[in-house]
Amino acid sequence: MSATGIGASVKRVEDHRFLIGRGRYTDDINRPGQLFAVIVRSPVAHARIAAIDAGEALAAPGVVAVYTGADMAADEVGGLPCSWLVYSKDGSEMKEPVHPPLVPDRARHVGDQVAVVIAETRAQAKAAAGLVDVDYQELPVLVTCGDAITDGAPLVWDDVPGNTCFDWEIGDKAATDAAFARADHVVRLDVVNNRLIPNAMEPRCAIGDYDPGSDLTTLYTTSQNPHVIRLLMGNFVLGIPESKLRVVAPDVGGGFGSKIFHYAEEAIVTWASRKLGRPVKWTAERSESFMSDAHGRDHVSHAELALDKEGTFLGLRVSTVANVGAYLSTFGAAVPTYLYGTLLSGCYRTPAIYCEVRAVFTNTVPVDAYRGAGRPEAAYLIERIVDEAARELGIDRVELRRRNFIPVDAFPYQTPVALEYDTGNYDATLDRALEASDWQGFAVRRQQAVGRGMLRGIGISTYVEACGLAPSNVAGQLGARAGLYESAIVRVHPTGSVTVFTGSHSHGQGHETTFAQIVSDRLGIDIEQVEVVHGDTEKIPFGMGTYGSRSLAVGGSAVVKALDKIVEKGRKIAAHTLEASAEDIEFADGEFRVAGTDRATAFADVAFSAYVPHDYPLEELEPGLEASAFYDPKNFTFPAGCHVCEVEIDPETGVVRVVAVTASDDVGIVINPMIVDGQIHGGLAQGIGQALYESCVYDESGQLLTGSYLNYCMPRAADFPFFNVGNHVTPCTHNPLGAKGVGEVGSIGVPPAVINAVLDALVPVGVTGIEMPATSEKVWRAICDAKGDAKGRAVAS
Amino acid sequence: MQPFQIHRPSSVAEALAALRGAGEGKLLAGGQSLIPVMKLDLAEPTDLVSLAGIDALRGIRSEGGRVVIGAAVSHAEVEASPDVAAAIPALARLAGAIGDAQVRNRGTLGGSVAHADPAADYPAALVGLGATVVTDRREIGADSFFTGLFETALVEDEIVTAVSFPVPERAAYAKFPNPASKFAIVGVMVAATGQGVRVAVTGAGPSVFRVAEMESALADGFRPEALDGIAVSSDELFGDGDASAEYRAHLVGVMARRAVAECA
Ligand SMILES: Cc1cc2nc3c(=O)[nH]c(=O)nc-3n(C[C@H](O)[C@H](O)[C@H](O)COP(=O)(O)OP(=O)(O)OC[C@H]3O[C@@H](n4cnc5c(N)ncnc54)[C@H](O)[C@@H]3O)c2cc1C
Repeated sequence: MSATGIGASVKRVEDHRFLIGRGRYTDDINRPGQLFAVIVRSPVAHARIAAIDAGEALAAPGVVAVYTGADMAADEVGGLPCSWLVYSKDGSEMKEPVHPPLVPDRARHVGDQVAVVIAETRAQAKAAAGLVDVDYQELPVLVTCGDAITDGAPLVWDDVPGNTCFDWEIGDKAATDAAFARADHVVRLDVVNNRLIPNAMEPRCAIGDYDPGSDLTTLYTTSQNPHVIRLLMGNFVLGIPESKLRVVAPDVGGGFGSKIFHYAEEAIVTWASRKLGRPVKWTAERSESFMSDAHGRDHVSHAELALDKEGTFLGLRVSTVANVGAYLSTFGAAVPTYLYGTLLSGCYRTPAIYCEVRAVFTNTVPVDAYRGAGRPEAAYLIERIVDEAARELGIDRVELRRRNFIPVDAFPYQTPVALEYDTGNYDATLDRALEASDWQGFAVRRQQAVGRGMLRGIGISTYVEACGLAPSNVAGQLGARAGLYESAIVRVHPTGSVTVFTGSHSHGQGHETTFAQIVSDRLGIDIEQVEVVHGDTEKIPFGMGTYGSRSLAVGGSAVVKALDKIVEKGRKIAAHTLEASAEDIEFADGEFRVAGTDRATAFADVAFSAYVPHDYPLEELEPGLEASAFYDPKNFTFPAGCHVCEVEIDPETGVVRVVAVTASDDVGIVINPMIVDGQIHGGLAQGIGQALYESCVYDESGQLLTGSYLNYCMPRAADFPFFNVGNHVTPCTHNPLGAKGVGEVGSIGVPPAVINAVLDALVPVGVTGIEMPATSEKVWRAICDAKGDAKGRAVAS
Repeated sequence: MQPFQIHRPSSVAEALAALRGAGEGKLLAGGQSLIPVMKLDLAEPTDLVSLAGIDALRGIRSEGGRVVIGAAVSHAEVEASPDVAAAIPALARLAGAIGDAQVRNRGTLGGSVAHADPAADYPAALVGLGATVVTDRREIGADSFFTGLFETALVEDEIVTAVSFPVPERAAYAKFPNPASKFAIVGVMVAATGQGVRVAVTGAGPSVFRVAEMESALADGFRPEALDGIAVSSDELFGDGDASAEYRAHLVGVMARRAVAECA
């Protein structure tokens, strides 16, 4: 291993510019002559827009234009597309109502885009936005999954009966019913996966910049995938050819999925800039982020697990209602289906699985991928019901998991829900976690806690997830409207330094370091010689971007493929210089060598000959040393692992304190252990946030009650103990790096471990269930209820 | 936020003059409550009169069994003050539990009491310890200072200059913070003072209040168990997404007992 190669904890090269304040975020960019846009957002959840009077706003100081949905419609601006097509059980296509960037006649959630005010300064635009007079005629409001499926519920979309976007199924219903028919035990559980607000540190921002001279349009935007935005916005919304549209996503301050999607504001500023011939910038205020960034999760499920006497899983039946919000967002249809139902096998050999998902429209912000995207919902449901089964059957919860694990020799393993797991070793990650968490010593710690008047619990989850989206042919069969490969260019400069152009996008993940480490490792050069470029459609040939923990497994593999081409060409050049045949040339440690001899030439010298081809096989080879590659994955990758969480609960107040967290993950081959640990820490923090603190709450009228940090509770560092993380590696079998993906494992694996720990603490006092987030009041009430009422009620009366 | 004029007086008299000369004038202390409200356009002052340059509002003094803290003293200064720690450690701890470090560095005692946020911590200290609010023109006892939700006995242009706290025999403050904002869902100051036992509750209702039943029980025996069975009615308490009225009522009892236990 070289000092900066694969496996080295190289410090992140990108951090220097962030630490000295030289990061360049979208809002740091200001274009000459730039105007500012402020969006007029609906203050009500559902209303017919009877009239919009912009007269007073137009007359206000500095105002250049006020546009509404009618103006965009007149220009034949299209709707924001959904990139995935899902079919219902009956074979019909999902309902996909048009989602105009500015709504012309009806607002469908608080925060919906009704008009845009464009002025010389941000303050002027904001002041004038308050003067746009919109006549809202309010309509009945739906907020929850339950609201949407109630018989006779009002409709979010007049032409979508039952508010049902689709009613999808996966798995073999008959086989599952048969499994239940011969089961000795059936365990039933209702679970809610709470709605979350992503809260990236950097609010979204977009600048449309049209140059009337060249007819070129540039969009600077806070995106995880600039090429996808160029494709979606250029092709479907504004009708601008790719050759005339550049999308730049510079430094991006966190996304967690929320910056994958093509948002209305991107189209609005781009379209407005083309109309006005001046750059137009929009930056979200934090309160706008709460009501316009796509939310996450929001499932209500009923699950049933069939077991035989020994506790072997026979079948799993799941029925889920998924809230997609008012509109289908970019991945809105894929998350509760192909990223959820396909994961319901978990780590287990459950032979028959059937899952149906009814996706419903409501008067809320669209719901889309958020760190984990579908997989946390699956893992939570499975790991909760497995614990429930262990309790009901009186089988040790670790033992029950082991009994049902897919054994090491069963890989590749075909699940009953479409996926084929390539590799894994679930016992190994479990063993590691039990040891690292001192699982055996828990009884003593619980006893000590009793002495302090505290309830202590320990919880476990053994999860699997699917990353590296995705084999394009499989994705295509599953309804994806795009391929999901990745591209890379490796450009070797004349003196041997290298620039890598990747279609992946880094917004916190550290690609500039890890991708450089791959180059360092393969070419035997120091990473200081390597520059990684991303985030600009003008520089990168194409890219599908970063989400679903795909960057290393897919984007990194594309880099490897391009590097292979470089080495292959280098071998031919070296063969010429060393007067040997190319087959005899070996490449290692930065040197091309004639096998078995001391005749060698350095990589940099080969690069030099490629650009100064004085002594060069010009008749056989072109000069230059540059290669591009597209890598299409052969399969998903399947990170897996075991998370253990220990909590202490104050029974008087209900406060849950996380006192220990152990994560034992198999993320495949690790390029940079420090970055991988960081990714796991972050994921764990978000996962614990979901389990204990975070919850997006609307009132019945569709007002967002948790619209600021006053009451949307983000976890803080002080809420956590130090995380005990480690891994056991089974290399991915089908990509050249053996890498699986790490970005989401924390937020997928840990929430059920936390809730299982909370229940482990509370079951002894009679509590039977608790939903996320397990807030202090919920826990206190559960304890009171378990005591057959108690002081809570007595006090209330 | 609307445009405004800023004034930087160096005396209370100048501040009063600036305030009186303004269209819609507002005093600006740490800005930790006022600026957020202005950003939401819920307050639109034409003039802000900064108290930062007025030396008379600064400083912490111990004198004659009292600790007198200037209105412009920050929460962080109270937290770190050796005088406060020696005389009323509960007050130092209360200040140290306000919000986060940034808020404690900017926010001031005077701003907090004048703002009278129902979830603020200082009101419990003032009422629990029986403090006196000193203004540019008079002294107001804490019991009659906080009059309701964001309401105080201050008149239009009155400036708080200091708060004078009598040193208690013993006192402790127990806070149940809102996990999101860190403001008090319930905060209880319990003190044995020269004026008797005082129990003051903040966060739970629209304004800080005393719990007479607890005070008399503790006067009979200053032990946590003395409070057993004393229930606070949830009728007048806040109930919202952060905590129901019943939960708040319950927490008042728990926090009061913990505060008493801490005094021991
Ligand atoms: C994130 C956050 C968390 C917080 N958490 C807590 C918490 O846990 N507990 C808590 O108690 N508080 C909390 N606060 C509020 C904080 O303590 C404020 O500092 C305090 O409430 C107001 O003090 P200030 O000096 O900032 O006043 P400002 O915001 O400057 O002023 C507030 C009001 O008081 C008036 N005023 C200011 N000084 C005087 C004076 N001398 N005489 C008369 N009127 C005056 C102003 O005109 C204004 O109306 C928090 C605030 C934030 C932003």
